[in-house]
Amino acid sequence: MAGGQVEIGQAGGLSDDGETLGTDAFKILSAIEEVWCEDGVLLLMDLGSAVMSAELALDMLPEQRRQKCLLSNAPLVEGAIVAALHASLGEPLQAVNAVAEAALSVPKLPGAG
Amino acid sequence: MAQEITTKQLRKWLLAYAARIIENEDHLTELDTAIGDADHGVNMRRGMGKLQERLQVEGQSEDISAFLRSVAMTLISGVGGAAGPLYGTFFLRAATSPTNGSSIDLPQLTQMFRYGLDGLQQRGKAQADDKTMIDTIQPAVEAMEAAVAAHQSAAVVLAAARQAAHLGMKHTIEIEARKGRASYLGPHSIGHQDPGATSAYFLFETAAEVLTTTGAD
Repeated sequence: MAGGQVEIGQAGGLSDDGETLGTDAFKILSAIEEVWCEDGVLLLMDLGSAVMSAELALDMLPEQRRQKCLLSNAPLVEGAIVAALHASLGEPLQAVNAVAEAALSVPKLPGAG
Repeated sequence: MAQEITTKQLRKWLLAYAARIIENEDHLTELDTAIGDADHGVNMRRGMGKLQERLQVEGQSEDISAFLRSVAMTLISGVGGAAGPLYGTFFLRAATSPTNGSSIDLPQLTQMFRYGLDGLQQRGKAQADDKTMIDTIQPAVEAMEAAVAAHQSAAVVLAAARQAAHLGMKHTIEIEARKGRASYLGPHSIGHQDPGATSAYFLFETAAEVLTTTGAD
């Protein structure tokens, strides 16, 4: 259980220079390894190549680790905040993902959505 | 004995592919500016530069599966945009197809492309007529399979693949994008050739040029 502490990794851009836009499945793979714990890892993605690169990174993980990773449909920024909060309370992966994904329908402006 | 294609020839093919993409960087950028985010040319050029470096390293394994895997790894970390995981998956999956170690015969080459295509479809979840690289690769692989079933020579099989790939690429001009960044444009994507279908076409164009010459170099 997280016990108030949440490991957050990031894997944006290409490995080489850290300046080129895009995604690198190997970079995602090492970020997963870096924050790995037996409770699992939730992956939040933005648009474009991020989803496919995250899927490819999961393909490259050993089977027993892959089963404990979850690709989230949550929005990147809002989802990350909500997920970190709920993970820090020690909630299981599926529940953390459910609240993060619910952030998709939270309007930013009063009366919107 | 049927014609065998060696790792050396595959290396020559992919060096020709890398050079063709680099020559066409501006063209790919132009196509992607019209219906995407204008990064396909620069992404592919960067990846192909890495691929050239990788392929020119001396003393590499002559095992075809290992060779295709190293191509995949280079593209996954070198390309950047959606083309990175897509081309990476294509070669990663192609690397799992049956070989004779350091050579493949024509049916095996065809199967290698089929494995790559299947991987690509699983990764990108695109179908024919979605206006993607699938529109080039799928008809090309089908043409190869038909020509191989008819016991044609490498020259005929690869010419058929190139022709089908070319028609498929040109067909993307007429259709509306349903996958990728271009799909945000809906009907406005009609009239533009898909950049991914174009970079994929060069795989078959260079294969027809390079893999039909017998023997290495």
